[in-house]
Formats: sequence, C-alpha cells, structure tokens
Amino acid sequence: MTTAPSVTVLPGRGKASLRHRLAERGIDRSLALLAPGVLFMLLLFLYPFLYGLQLSFSPQHGGGALANYRTFFSDPYLRGSIGITLWLGIPAALFNVVVSVPIAYKMRGRFRGKRLLTTLLVVPITLGTVLTAEGLLEFLGQAGWLNKILVDLHLVSQPVRLVHNYWGVFFSLVITGFPFAFLLISSYLSGIDPSLERAAATLGAGWWHRFRHITLPLLSPGLAMTFCLSFVLAFSVFPSAQLVGDPSGATHVISIAAYHAAFEQYDYSMGSAISMIMAAIMLVIIGVVLFWRSRMYRGSTGGKG
Amino acid sequence: MAADALTGGHDQTGSRHRLIAKPGTWLVWGGVVLFFICLAGVIFSVAVDSFATRWFGSWWPQGLTTHWYSDAWSSFNLSQLMTVTGEVALVVVVVSVLIGVPASYVLARRQFPGKKLVMLLFLLPVLIPPITYGIPLATLLYKVHLAGRLSGVILANLVPSVPFVVLTMTPFIEQVDPKIEAAARMCGARTTSVFTRVLAPLLVPGVLAAGILVLVRTVGMFDLTFLTAGPSSQTLVVALYYSVFSAGIRAQQSIDSMAVIYTASMMVLLIIALRFVNPTQLVTRMKEEVAG
Amino acid sequence: MSDPRFSTLRFEGVTRRFGGQTALADLDLSIHAGEFIALLGASGCGKSTALNCLAGLLPLSGGSIWLDERRIDGLPPERRDIGMVFQNYALFPHMSVRRNVGFGLQMRKVPKKEAAHRVDEAIRLVQLEEHVAKFPAQLSGGQQQRVAIARAIVIRPPVVVMDEPLSNLDAKLRLEMRMEIRRLHQALGLTTVYVTHDQEEALSLADRLVVLRDGRVQQVGTPEDVYCQPANRYVAGFMGYRNLIELPVSRRDGERVTVGGGSIQLEGTARDDLPSGRAVAAIRPEDLVVSETGENRFDVVVEVVEYHGREQSVQGRLPSGEPVYFRTEARLAPGDRAPLAVAAGRVLIYPADGAGALAEAAA
Repeated sequence: MTTAPSVTVLPGRGKASLRHRLAERGIDRSLALLAPGVLFMLLLFLYPFLYGLQLSFSPQHGGGALANYRTFFSDPYLRGSIGITLWLGIPAALFNVVVSVPIAYKMRGRFRGKRLLTTLLVVPITLGTVLTAEGLLEFLGQAGWLNKILVDLHLVSQPVRLVHNYWGVFFSLVITGFPFAFLLISSYLSGIDPSLERAAATLGAGWWHRFRHITLPLLSPGLAMTFCLSFVLAFSVFPSAQLVGDPSGATHVISIAAYHAAFEQYDYSMGSAISMIMAAIMLVIIGVVLFWRSRMYRGSTGGKG
Repeated sequence: MAADALTGGHDQTGSRHRLIAKPGTWLVWGGVVLFFICLAGVIFSVAVDSFATRWFGSWWPQGLTTHWYSDAWSSFNLSQLMTVTGEVALVVVVVSVLIGVPASYVLARRQFPGKKLVMLLFLLPVLIPPITYGIPLATLLYKVHLAGRLSGVILANLVPSVPFVVLTMTPFIEQVDPKIEAAARMCGARTTSVFTRVLAPLLVPGVLAAGILVLVRTVGMFDLTFLTAGPSSQTLVVALYYSVFSAGIRAQQSIDSMAVIYTASMMVLLIIALRFVNPTQLVTRMKEEVAG
Repeated sequence: MSDPRFSTLRFEGVTRRFGGQTALADLDLSIHAGEFIALLGASGCGKSTALNCLAGLLPLSGGSIWLDERRIDGLPPERRDIGMVFQNYALFPHMSVRRNVGFGLQMRKVPKKEAAHRVDEAIRLVQLEEHVAKFPAQLSGGQQQRVAIARAIVIRPPVVVMDEPLSNLDAKLRLEMRMEIRRLHQALGLTTVYVTHDQEEALSLADRLVVLRDGRVQQVGTPEDVYCQPANRYVAGFMGYRNLIELPVSRRDGERVTVGGGSIQLEGTARDDLPSGRAVAAIRPEDLVVSETGENRFDVVVEVVEYHGREQSVQGRLPSGEPVYFRTEARLAPGDRAPLAVAAGRVLIYPADGAGALAEAAA
C-alpha cells in the first residue's frame, strides 16, 4: 500500500526508432526500477514540502500572503527563537567538530581496542535525544551524581544548576553529536593517503606542519560536511529542548515554535511558515559553510603558484 | 604527537619523540575518558533509579526492587508499544529496501538526463532536519486522515529511510564489477537469472547492512513519529517522551524502567547491527555524494 | 662525483621484525657518497623495509644507521634530510606542482627568493616548466613521477631513496624514466638508494646491486659481478639463468665440475663450495645454441615455440622430463628434436640444497 504505483512514466514505448534514440541518451526500460523510489519521494517529501510552502502563504487568520511571516518576524518572542537556535546549534556543532579533530587524528591508524571504542561511541547515537534527556535530568540534576561529586570535592559550594536551562540542552547536543562528528571525521581521515604525511615528513615537516599543511587542508571538505550534518542534528533539538531545557525561555528553539503553532494552536499555516523559515536558515548555513570551504580550499592550494 | 602513528606505533628506538607526544596523548585520552564517564553517568543514573525503592538526595537509593518494571509493563501498556514499534520498524525496513535497492541499482549503473536532480531528491531529506519537513508532512497526513494511524507513522518514517537505503546501497552496488553481470549474460543467463542468481547473492551483505541501519534509525526516530502518531500508534520512544514530559503523573522510577527497557532493546539491536556493519556506517555513508 | 657533506652511509646489523616475522635480518652495508645503489629482490624480501628504516618511516628492531660518525636511526624522518620518492608518488593533491616541489624548502624556511629559484631549477631539471601551475590530478603518471623526483631532490638531500618509482608506469614510459633517473644521477651526483624488483632496472641504473631474499643479503656487487657471477642459485635465477637443472656431481677438478649422467653431461664452473652429491647447473636461455657440435651437447624435444621477430623463444624438454628454455634463429616446430650445446664457461654449478652457503661478501 505504501509502494508508489508502478506506472511507467517513460515515453518512447511506441515507435522503435524513438525508443532507440532515447536509449542512446540513457533512457530505457530499466529506468522503471527508479520510478517507485522517485515517485515516493515526490509524493511524500517534495509534495508535502511544496504544500507546506503554499499553506504558509495562505494564513488562517487572513491578512495577506505574507501575514504569517510578518507575524513571525514582528513578534520578538518568535523572532528570538532563531537566535536561540543558532546560539545552541552553532556552538554545539563547532565544539563537536573541533574536539573531534585532534582525537580522531590521534586515533587514526590501528591500535588495540579501537573497535570497542568506536562501538561505545555509537551508543549515544542510538540512545537518541529522549533517553539522553532523561538521563541528563538525573545525572546533572541538583541531586545528581555530578553535583554530588563537585560538592564533595569542594569545587563548588552549592549544587550547580545544569538542567532546565541552556547548558542542559548543550550537553545533550554534545553527548549525541560528538560521537557522530567523531565517527564521520575518522572516516574522512582514513580516506587520506597515509603516504602523503610520510612524504611530508621526509621533506622535513614536523607533526604540526604535517597536520597544518597536509592533513587539515585535505580534511577541510570533510570538516565542512561534518559541521553541516552536526548542525542538522542540532536542529533536531526539539525533545531535549523540551525536557532538559527551558522550553518557553532560554531554549525556546524554532522547532518548538513551529510545533507549538501547528499542533497546539492548530494554526497549520503558521506552523508551515515557521518550518519554511527553518529550512531557509538551514540552507543558508549550509550555503555559508560550503562557500567558506571553497574559499578556504582555494586559499590553501593556490598560494603563490 | 603523531610521530608514533607515522611509524606504525611500534616505537622502540624513538623514545625521544615519544616524550614529546605525551601531553597531547594525555589530553586526547583524558577528553575521551571524561566523555565516557559522563555517558556512563547518564545511563547508570537512569538504570539505578529504575531499580530504586526511594532515591532522593543520596548517593545510592535506599533499597532496590524490580517492581517498577512490572508496574511499567502494565501501566504503560508496554506490550502494545513494543508491538507497534516492531511493526513500524519491520514494515519500514521491508518497504524501504524494496523501493530503495532497485533505485540505487539504476543510480549506480546508469547515466541518464536528470540524474543529478534525482540524486538531490534523495539527498535533501538527509540534509534537512526531519522536524522541518515533518510539520508540513504531518499536516498533510492529517488532512488525508492517515496521521494518528499506524499507516501514517509508517509513511512518515519511510521518508528518511528510502533515501538512506539508496545512499547506502548506491556505492555498494558501484563496487560490484559490472563485468560480472556481462559475464553471466555471456554464460547464457537471462535478465531475471542475472538478478536472482548473480546480483542478489552479491548484494545480500549490503542489503542486510542497510536494513539493519534503517531498523535502528526507525526505532530511535523521534521527530517524525512524534508528529504523526496517535494514542494507538505510538512507538516506544514517543511514549517515553510523553511520560517524561508529563512527569509528576507517574513515579520517576516507573518512567526510568521504561527508559531502561527502551535502552536495552536499542542495545540488542545495536549489538546485532555491529555484527554486520562498521560503526561509521551508523552515521552515514553518503560523503562522496555530498562532497561531489 | 661525491658529496662533500659526508663520505659514507653505513647500515650496521640493521634488523626489523614485525611481530614474530623478521623482515630484515642483520643488514650490513656501506654506501659511498655519490653512489647509486639498487636493492633488488622479489616482493617481501625486505628491500622496502630497509628503505623505510633508512628514511625513518619504520623504527629499527636492532642495529644502527650512520652518516659518517653521526648516528641517524633515532631521528624522526623530518630531521634526517633524506629525499624520498614514493611508489605511488604521494604528491600533495591540494598543491600545485610548484608548491609540491617547494614544500620541503618551505619547511626548511629557505628565503622565498632562493626557494623560488631552486624550485624553478628543479622543475627545469625534470622538464616540467609548462606544468608548474597544474595540480597532480591534471598530470599523467610520468609527469607525476617527475614532480615526485623534483620534490625529493630540490632539498638537496645527502641521500635520495626511491621505492619502486617506476612500477606504476607502462613499459614505454618506464624505459624513458629510467634514462631520466640515470641522467639526473649523473648530472647531480646525489647518493641514491633505489628499490626495485626488476633486475633489468637495477642492472641498468645502479653502480652496485644488493640482492635480498627473505630479509637476508644474497650478494653485493657491481652489475657485472652480479650478472655474470651470481653468488648462488637464487641470485642466478633472478639474473636470468632460467634453466636450473638439477643433476648429480660426477667429477670435479678445482673450479671445473662435471655434472650429469645418462643423456646429459654438463661441464661448468663451480660458484660455491660444492659438496659432492647433487648440484644445480644454471644456464641462460641465450647461451644455449642449436648445434650438433660443441661443448656440452644434449638433445631436447621442442614443446612450445614463441615468435619474437628475428628469434624464437623455445621451451623444450629433456628425456628426464625437465624443461629447458633457449632462444634460436632456427625455425623449430613442436615435436622436433633440437640438438643443443653450451660453452662450459657459460655453465655455473651451485649446490642443490636451497641457496647453499650465503654469500657473506658484504661490501
């Protein structure tokens, strides 16, 4: 019932000559194998997206096509959710990427226990945000183990407030995002030919220069990609922002705003509008990162040549 | 710092640059250990609490009991939740493999006009956070009265799963030598036999890996299920969210026991998954497509 | 031509083990400044291990490496000043040809003006002037190889090491680059250690050859020594003595030994202490002539004939069943009887058991 009807959308079944011509351009019956997948994506991804876009321009309470967007940007509480999202997502994604690089660099190559380590790192990814949130509430809570340790070590006099605020959500993003970034960067690193670093070493480059001139430039496309994907993860902050955060204040992220509009006020049009804004922000960030990447890559390759 | 990695790590004579490597090494391992301590703290807090009779403000609960588990089983209707979760995950795996594998075969083997556009169509759901397309999708599913039902949850979960299968399987099929298929044809195999006798056995490991990864991701998928599920079509993770969100209605320990059950089932899946796949695959395998 | 900066590079008992496996056992070798040394052997013989130990990419399990009185085996690769040409070239893909070549100078903080001058000179030496701005991916295999060589020599290292640099090139390019490497060596006089599995390459390039097998030195000598006087049957096999016929020793008179019995009797020169019993007679295919007369006459039955233009390459078989390879201008057909002869001076006799006593004649 879920498979798209396997209608062959391909032309060129009638006349043999036309079929031949199309086949030469790469169109023939085997493309029909692609049809269910493409139809499915069109129907359940692209169409809802366009439907949402159209819905966002027909506001429930009237006021012209742009009313929803006007409301969003004129309401400081709603507008502020963009800043909150970026203020959570960008530092968390940056932290995950920046911390992962030296660790992954150090751990490239083979050593005993590497598989165990990577396996352990996968655990938080599969736990997901909800379970992490529940655990953080207890571990970082006022009566949690971490605060007990800090108080007993006399590092703090009063238990530190780490949940139901910005930091709770940040920790949740690090716990789920760091392994993700680490594994990605490791796999990018393993794609760099180790003989390049050896060559640099025989040419007189110490470890810092090898990292700076060889590994880092070759890794930078991977880093940009990892940052983007970590940032996508940070957007899915919804459950942790609700549970370990302060959903109506410091962690009122844009996804909460969208959910609130669509499924609590039943203003689907507004909800769609906020979703579209979210998608736009996402695309802008990815665009900026990819632009920066292309600049940076050219900068380190072109040089004086 | 990388000196021993460069020389293969079996350093004997190079003790001099070993010493330089030390601070960096300590910092790196320190960071990793700290991370795992926090992770263990998070998991054990939940696990210990789920066995606690009373636990407030002390290092360790006053007593241990298992009665929260039986309590959770009945009060959360766990058997139904597990059934729903299993049904959703299995249907999503089967359907996404059935749709995704043929598509990735075409994408791996053929050049045709518009291929880039098709690739982009499969890539976008990975690059765009689910909550973003989830809200319009859920709105639409409510409109056609599919949301709130099992079929709606399955449809929504298929949206990221189908591209995931495609992006995992395309490189896998690419690395199968097309000459093998040609050779089979030269030996007299017809198209169907080429697929069933030659290609299918070669693809089994890839399909298995993709299927397991989809299974893990679907069981853990919160956003889309949350947006489309009704009371009778909730999966474990969504029910867990509701119980945490409305904390106070139920005992904390009862919620935690459910969390432990969820964690345990995820761990089982994970252990099975890691028998077949490399940990990095759980993250993604689409880097070439994106970077290219 | 010799390098003023040092006079000898010495390996003293250099040993490298991987786990329980000994990849290189007790290598002793002295290389004079300006010399071109080829390490020759089949894959897994330890030649690349020796090279990596020298370059500092592998730590030693034992022994030491000396540049005159300076011990260098404890130094990290970046402080050894050894230029290396890698088998896969290992060019930095994100740098232009110019930046690749200039990298070593940049690391040495050579002033920009001088660096630019030296880079230009190195690029001119390898004849890549038109390609300076290109990236490695835009170059052909041979051009990439030239960049790799330029990058290694621009730092003017006392020693250049090359790890099978021609093995990724096709046959025609390989010949061309071989000449190129020889020309560069003659022009610059850089001490070079060259690893290869191709005996022709080693013979044509090197001043001296080191033949390795299973991590042990088999023979060290000039190309002529090794080619004409292989130290043992293994080296002989490597040097083109394709016919290795095992026969009993029937008579010996100093260096002159006669082996054989029945249908074949061969007289030749003993190349090693020859215990009585079985021996191996080593003969090159091109030394066998089709003739009814002459020294060391015997007959074979022709089995396979390959056309090689002027000559034919023939596989025949002795009545005892052993194959014999030879080359001839005579037109033979499978099934023919071919009478063969070989000059006694061209037959080398080795002990039959394994490699026999190893040549300890290290330089």
